[in-house]
Amino acid sequence: MSTTSLIGREVHVDAEGFLTEFDEWDEALGAELAAQIGVAMTDDHWALIRFLRADYAETGQTATTRRVATVGGVPVKQQFELFPKKPGKKMAYVAGLPKPAGCV
Amino acid sequence: MRTLLILGAGTAGTIAANKFRRRFAQDEWAITIVEQRGAHFYQPAFLFIPFGKYPPERAQRNTDRYIPKGVTRVEGEVDRVDPDARTATLLDGRTLPYDYLIIATGTSPHPEETPGMTDDWHGHVHSFYTYEDAVELRSALANFDGGRLVMHITEMPIKCPVAPLEFTLLADDHFRSRGIRDKVDITFVTPLSGAFTKPVAAETFGGALSDRGISLESDFLIESIDPEKQQLVSYDEREVPYDLLVTVPLNRGAAFVGRSGLGDELDFVTVDKSTLRHTKYDTIFAIGDAANVPTSKAGAVAHFEMDTFPEQFERMVNGEEPNDAFDGHATCFIESGGGKAMLIDFNYDTEPLPGTFPVSKLGPLPLLKESRLNHLGKLGFEWAYWAMLLPGRRMPLPAHMSMKGKKVPH
Repeated sequence: MSTTSLIGREVHVDAEGFLTEFDEWDEALGAELAAQIGVAMTDDHWALIRFLRADYAETGQTATTRRVATVGGVPVKQQFELFPKKPGKKMAYVAGLPKPAGCV
Repeated sequence: MRTLLILGAGTAGTIAANKFRRRFAQDEWAITIVEQRGAHFYQPAFLFIPFGKYPPERAQRNTDRYIPKGVTRVEGEVDRVDPDARTATLLDGRTLPYDYLIIATGTSPHPEETPGMTDDWHGHVHSFYTYEDAVELRSALANFDGGRLVMHITEMPIKCPVAPLEFTLLADDHFRSRGIRDKVDITFVTPLSGAFTKPVAAETFGGALSDRGISLESDFLIESIDPEKQQLVSYDEREVPYDLLVTVPLNRGAAFVGRSGLGDELDFVTVDKSTLRHTKYDTIFAIGDAANVPTSKAGAVAHFEMDTFPEQFERMVNGEEPNDAFDGHATCFIESGGGKAMLIDFNYDTEPLPGTFPVSKLGPLPLLKESRLNHLGKLGFEWAYWAMLLPGRRMPLPAHMSMKGKKVPH
């Protein structure tokens, strides 16, 4: 576990740069994380990120692209448009959450 | 008198029936098991049937041989559970009351969930996760004389997540022994970023693929199959053509789990990963593939769960706190062709690592390395499955994963 400095704050991250402390995140930090991976945030992006945060708070797991589609109501195709190539990982990264599990 | 109702008589449900019948006195606990299929399959055989290495009929036995005396066996399909009334209703209308419910109805492939996947099913599109699919694929492979073979995973989680990799390595071996390997292009298509999710194993498995000239198409999330053009199409508009497609369709839990409000978006039962108790209902538990715990969906996991779960279940239903937690322990043999196999051992927190299993220094089985001993271990396991594992007899393996013998890379 290491720390890194983002927008003048020390935050905890894993080896791949995903935030590890749920409470260290806020939307200013989310915007910075998005900029790092070349995503310009719009209202649609934020709606998705807010769903991911709320869902994680309830379930303790990062929502998969399927869950974002069926529970969050954003079709997978649109997730790919908002977060190209690797939506599952990119959404989690911007939302300050662990990579989606279900991968073992 | 209390009633324990077990739904499903696969690996997890059958072990549970045996272990709970021995643990609980007959005059204190009535145990009923609902069996949905009528037959019990040795599912590791489904990987070998397509290569003509295993006679299909040997994989199937009658379930009732493995349900102990003193357990009431009910045949039927579950329609719904009412967690407040504490009843399970079957499709034929029968209603079974319970004090405690254990859901063990597993996971099933759903090819109909991917547009185009069923259009050419058992034509150019195959799978091996059911008995019928494995038998059909045997003919398709025998008739395949060259072209593009694609092994494809739709979405995680899937049952036995190493099986697609094993199938790919065995296919390479199969075409080599038929002398036509140079006529076959093999591609491994996965929604993951590598051959496996966990970095150390992904590197080993990725090496096993590239050493054999097998292409890897990663981060591929399928949108549809075009059966006319014979190609997979991803959400980011990549296309992978095939002459023979072997796919792992979307896996879902039993539909009644969703109808009863007990599951997640894939109908896997939402439970606490340490206690296997439902997140909302104290009287409901889930074991084996049916549970949404973040470890492999595999018989080995069901087995290790049942080393700790019966005692913890008894504590919980008697109002005591659990004093031991399930750690997500999984152990899997990975057939790699040429009479060799690899072995991995891991849990919720520790990824598969190199070393030896199960005893430090003595081994005898090497982890994350191809060896003939591992292959023999996999073959020998079939006997142990029927004779020891299903009846719930003690196996010489630790319930919790151990770091003994494992080498942590720096």
